[in-house]
Parts: sequence; structure tokens; C-alpha cells
Amino acid sequence: MATTFLKRLDRPVLAAGGAIVLLLVAGGLYSSSFVSPAYLLQQLQVAAFLGVVATGLMLVILLGHIDLSVPWVITMGGMMSVAAGGWTRPFSWLAIPFAVLCGLGMGLFNGFGVAYLRIPSMIFTLGVNAIAQGLMIVHTSGFAPQDHATATMQLLAVGRSIFGIPNAVWVWAAVGVLTVVLLNRTAFGRRVYAIGNNERAVFLSRANCNLVVVGCFAAAGALSGLAGALLAGYSTKAYQAMGDPYLLPAIAAVVLGGTNILGGRGRYLGTVIGVVVITLLQSMLSIVQMPEAGRQVTYGLVIVGMLLTYGRGDRNGG
Amino acid sequence: MIDPLPSLRSRAGGLRRGWSSFRRDLRHRLSSARGPLVALGLYVIMFAIFVGEHPAGFSSNVVNTAANKGALLALVAMAQTIPVLTSGLDLSVGMVFVLTNCLGSRLVAGGILGTGLGVAAVLGLGLLCGALNGALVVRGRLQPIIATLATGSIYYGCALWLRPAPGGVINDDFAEFMTGSLPGGIPVTAVLLLGIVLLGWLPYRSSVIGRAAYAVGSSEQAAFMSGVPIARAKFFAYVLAGFFAAIAGLLLTCLTESGEANAVLGGSYTLSSIAAVVVGGTSLFGGTGGAVGSIFGAFVLRTIGDLLFVFNLDPLWQPLFLGVVLLVSVGVGSLRLLRIKSRLELFR
Repeated sequence: MATTFLKRLDRPVLAAGGAIVLLLVAGGLYSSSFVSPAYLLQQLQVAAFLGVVATGLMLVILLGHIDLSVPWVITMGGMMSVAAGGWTRPFSWLAIPFAVLCGLGMGLFNGFGVAYLRIPSMIFTLGVNAIAQGLMIVHTSGFAPQDHATATMQLLAVGRSIFGIPNAVWVWAAVGVLTVVLLNRTAFGRRVYAIGNNERAVFLSRANCNLVVVGCFAAAGALSGLAGALLAGYSTKAYQAMGDPYLLPAIAAVVLGGTNILGGRGRYLGTVIGVVVITLLQSMLSIVQMPEAGRQVTYGLVIVGMLLTYGRGDRNGG
Repeated sequence: MIDPLPSLRSRAGGLRRGWSSFRRDLRHRLSSARGPLVALGLYVIMFAIFVGEHPAGFSSNVVNTAANKGALLALVAMAQTIPVLTSGLDLSVGMVFVLTNCLGSRLVAGGILGTGLGVAAVLGLGLLCGALNGALVVRGRLQPIIATLATGSIYYGCALWLRPAPGGVINDDFAEFMTGSLPGGIPVTAVLLLGIVLLGWLPYRSSVIGRAAYAVGSSEQAAFMSGVPIARAKFFAYVLAGFFAAIAGLLLTCLTESGEANAVLGGSYTLSSIAAVVVGGTSLFGGTGGAVGSIFGAFVLRTIGDLLFVFNLDPLWQPLFLGVVLLVSVGVGSLRLLRIKSRLELFR
């Protein structure tokens, strides 16, 4: 029983899990507040936003693609949700679905360009990011929107309705369960892995590759939009470039969790652990009052160090 | 006995073959230079419109400003091109650019000797950053995207450490020379770019490691089987990327006469460099393209903003316009899909 359980945990998951333990032990030695339940729950709440973004990004990375439009689709989700909260005053619960819908639209566009126009995702999503940014800057005239987040958004982002666990964590858990089921229990999910390994083979087996690619990009866009709405709820406002600090940590979290950046391999549990590692690392570095310069260097060094221990490619190249 | 005709015939055949192989060669060269040529054409048209609409017209000042602004991105884009040719990517170029800018604002000062040493130190730092990236990719066997993502954070931290607040004093004469014009109104930065292409890029491209970089990008397995020095080619690709980014950082120091650890600037240069590389006709899958195209691609991207300015468009529309132009210009490449015979070719 124990051995089968251990076998199911692959090396990246174990190593990243070990890194969490190491971080917590080091933090606990520094100050006991690092291991208090209040602090850890707070970190989980912050991690939930990154976790939702990383979930979408993981779907895209599993295909062997990348989504660089994440920053401004998040910002779009935030801005559209507060705006919709303002327009639809009596139906302000529509704010979050509207943000998800906007993200879904951008994601569908990404998927269309990558799947049907066959433009490399790196450059197409970069262009879509610029377009999302352009739309939002025109929409807000370059200022932070005046509207505030609706009560529902704030409740979902900062409330603790059930067992004192932050609602944002429940949202992340729901997204996570859906993703695990999608990846492991549906034909769609198996095709995601298959495309990441060999898209030609999937095409020749008469599966509709393009539909899978569009689906993953659409999901990534929708999740970015959702994360934007949650973030706006968390800070009660949407503001310019609110999504910028999420792209690189999300990529790092997915890769630290053992997902192959070239696609085809990776498990959702790894992404969860990667997200927690990144969040804990960022939080601890900011709490120990190291100057920003040292924080950036440590952050980079830790990622390189973790990758060197288990994220290396095969010796034979190719 | 000896029939003179066959030899004549064969000579004529040889000539004909020579002509047809020359034509094939020409066609091949033209088709491989299509990306840079399209980017150059686009740039010439856009720049002509810009100068035509500009209130000051075709003056040395206008040309100089345009050259200086474009040269920064052109250098960072050249830096990005070389790892991309090996089908890698360098997400730290923008941060190397910022880091060398910060070091330059501390060291490029004093007399001739001090300035010279400062310049050497800045370029050396760029080489060092590139070597770290290269070592992680080649020796560490890490994926370039994620390795350079992490080193970018390290370089940005170092930049912050060197220059916690914007500022710095640098040698005025040197800065003015680098950003000014030669007699005859030719911008020094344009000469600098030309010099780097002639003395740096072209010799590199025809050298063994340069050709190896193309070979690795086009098929790493075939390159390995043919005994191409894969590891050296990849390593030098990142080292050269760091070097070119350092030249850009030095130029930024001269332009602003100060240094600033600006993460937003670094990030936007990294992303714009990828866009410039693609607009300049280099494939993100590696193996085809070149740094000359990236220079034109960078100038195209920079001129878009200028065009909006001379047409008095609201600057708020600039990011949207930039995105649309970027998507349209990469979307044109999808026209090739119409000529594809088997749909299997679509999939890798």
C-alpha cells in the first residue's frame, strides 16, 4: 500500500514537497509565526490566485504550447468584472461570469490562432496580450477604474465561509478537481497529453487536434479571467498591469511541479505543490526583510537549484 | 577519331548547368532572405511616411532620434536571434540589458582610461551573464525558457543591488559621441549596428559554431549524427546573446546618461525582442533566419509608435495598434497553409 502510494508520487512531486518542508523548517527556526495555522492559511489564500492561473497555463504547457497573454487577460478579467458590477447593478452577481466570459473569448482567439492559423503560440499569445492591454487601456483611458469590486467578488476572494478556510482556496480546489477529472478521466484529457507527445500521431488517429488545442487555450483564458475577478475582489479594485506579476511565477510553478515545458508530461498534484513552493518562497523572502535585490537573486537561485536537482533533460539531447 | 563534339556538348551542358544552378542558388538566396527583405521594405515604407508627415521633415535630428531609439531594440533583438536560431530562447536578454545599463552608469566615467575600462567591464559582464545561461542550458541540461527565466530574476536582483535608485554619472563626451551623428548626418548608432553586423554577425554566421547553431536549430539529431559541435554552438549562442544585450545596455547608458533597475523596461524589451525576431523572418522553431532581419524587425516595431505620433493619434490607442500590427504581420505567414498539400504537414 505504502509502496504503491510512493510510486505514484514521482520525483518532482517528492522534491518540491521536500522543498516546502525545508522552507517551513527554515521559517519555523527563524520565527514560530511561520508555522502558525493563521499564516499558512493566509499563504494558501494568496496561493489560490496563482493556483488558478497556473492551472490554465499547465493545460497549455501540456500541449507543448505557452500562453503569454496571461498578464493582460487577468487584468481584463479584473477590469471587466468591476465594470460589469457597475453596469448591472441589480444583477451584480453577473460580474464574475462576465469576467470569465471575457477571458474565454481571448482564450478562444488564442486557440484559433495557434490551432487553425498554425502560428507559434509564443508569438501569437504575445500579440493577443498586447491587444488585451490595448483594449483595457482604451477602456480605462489609462487610469485605474473607479468601480469597486462587488460584494460577491470580495466574499469569494477574502471571505472564509466554510470551516474558516478561505473561499479562494475552495475555488482553487473546485478548479483543481475539475482539471484532474478532465486530464485523467476523459478522452479530451488523454488527447492533451498525446498532443504534447506527438501531435502527428494524434492527427493520424483521427482525433480532432485543433479542437483540443482550442479547448485548452479557452480554458486557460477563462481561468485567467476568473483569477482577475478574484484578484479584483481581493484588493477591492482593478488596476493597470495587475496581472503582470503572475505570468513568470505561474510558469515557474508549473515547471517546478514536474510538468515538461515541451509538453506531454506532468501531473496536477505537481502544479499544486509548485504553486505552494513559489508562494511560500515569495512570502518568506518578503517577511525576512531582505532587500528587494537579495530577494530577486535568492528567488532565481532557488528555482535554478531546484531544477538542477530534478528538472534536467535527458543526456542524449534531441 | 577524336570527336570534338562531345566535349563541346558537355561544356555547353556544363554552362547550362552552371546557369541553372546559379539561378537555383539565386532563388534559394532570395527565398531565404524573404523575411528580412519584407521587413526592410515595410520599414522603408513606414519610415518614408513618418519622415514625410514629420513637421521637421528629413532632418539629421529626426533620423538620429529614430536611429537611437531603434538601435536599442535592434541590439536586444540581435541578442535574442542567436538562441532562437538554435531553437532555444533567452528570456533574460531584457534583464541583462538592464543590468549592464546599471553597471555602465557606475563605471563608464572618468577619463579615457576609466571610460575604456568601464566599457570593457560592461561588455565582460554581458559575456558572463550569457555564459551562465549557456552553462545552465548545455551543462545543466535545463530547458532554455525556464533557465533564462530564473537567471533573469538573478540579473534583475544584481541590477537592483548595483543601483537601488535611478541615477549615475557617466562620461559626457563618450555619451554624446555614441548618441550623436558623424559629419554628414549619419547617426553613430547606425554605424555601430553596421559595424556589429560586418565584424560580428557575418563572421559568426559563416564560422563553424555559427553554422552549427543553424544546424542544431534545424535538426539537433541530424546535427549530432553529423558530428556538429552541438554543445559549443549552443553555449556560444547564449554567450553572444549576453554580449549583444550588453552593447544595448551600454547604449542605453549613453542615451539616458544614467542607470535604472527597471523591471518593466527589461520585461518589455525581452518580449519586444521576440516580436522583432519573428517580424524579421526568423523562425521560432529555429534553423532559419538571421540577425539582420531582426534589426529591421526592431526598426519596424519602433516606427509603429512614431507613425501614431505624427498622425496625431491618441497615444492611448498605441498598445492596441501595436498588437494588431504584430498579429497581422505574423498572420501573413499563415498564407502558406493555403499551399499545403497534405494536412499531415501541419502537425509536428
